[in-house]
Amino acid sequence: MNKKEILIGLFIALVLAFVLSPFASPWPDGLEKVAEDKGFIAKADIKPVLESPLPDYVWPGLRSEKLATSFAGIFGTLLIFGIGYGLAGLFRYFFKT
Amino acid sequence: MHIPDGFLSAGTWVPGWIVSVGGLGLCIKRVSSILKDKMVPLMGVVSAFVFAAQMLNFPVIGGTSGHLLGGALAAVLLGPCAGAIVIAVVLTVQCIIFQDGGLMALGVNVFNMSFIGAFLGYYIYRFIKSVLRGNAGILAGAAIAAWLSVVAASSFCALELAVSGISPLRVALPAMAGVHALIGIGEALITCFVLSFVLKVRPDLLYNE
Repeated sequence: MNKKEILIGLFIALVLAFVLSPFASPWPDGLEKVAEDKGFIAKADIKPVLESPLPDYVWPGLRSEKLATSFAGIFGTLLIFGIGYGLAGLFRYFFKT
Repeated sequence: MHIPDGFLSAGTWVPGWIVSVGGLGLCIKRVSSILKDKMVPLMGVVSAFVFAAQMLNFPVIGGTSGHLLGGALAAVLLGPCAGAIVIAVVLTVQCIIFQDGGLMALGVNVFNMSFIGAFLGYYIYRFIKSVLRGNAGILAGAAIAAWLSVVAASSFCALELAVSGISPLRVALPAMAGVHALIGIGEALITCFVLSFVLKVRPDLLYNE
């Protein structure tokens, strides 16, 4: 992949995260729905072992819920791009044959 | 399908962590010996895409939504080992930064979505591709692999809930596999859509060992 292709790939991911994520279905996912229906959803109401900085994909301090989701999505996409790329680069660097 | 903390007993999540850490170690070892230069940026792009796509819940039925898991997709592009690493990275960041999936449950979540998704997905895909030639075989293989890997991951999830004493298997298994048989159709459609795009613009990016 050349630089342009990498940027196009990243751009597509960023567009999905920024533009579409606020319009994702708010309904519970498969596991949550089963947990509700079968009556064990309350088991998840425990104090988290670790307090996450951005729980539920909400960027803090924004009045618009949609924008808060979009910003969390952009942040996460860039962060994960960096980690994925960086890890692969590290494997390549340390184990180059 | 991100299991939160509170659903799993220690007898389930501790082995989950051990298997996942060990499995990822083996994946890293293997990837390091086969990693090609062209795969390095692709790992970054696939990670970013899977994360973004996982935010996009689509409605399935009766007040239930689903989203792409991406294990089969990542494995078709990167091979099973690098694919599993990519999904594990996504799950870890979701857990630590966004509180999506529990920290104790992370090992089990990696097992279900990353290992089952990438490895089961990859070998089903490869089998079908060997029977059915050409792009049709690639897309059909990826679609079936995507669907089956989601249903299998949800079945494992049901089994883990049952072993943890949360919900008996005869209740959890049909409920989880049933709803994920529908979510899996979305997984298959998105996987095929992305792969047909890649096949059109850069078919050489698909993993070929």
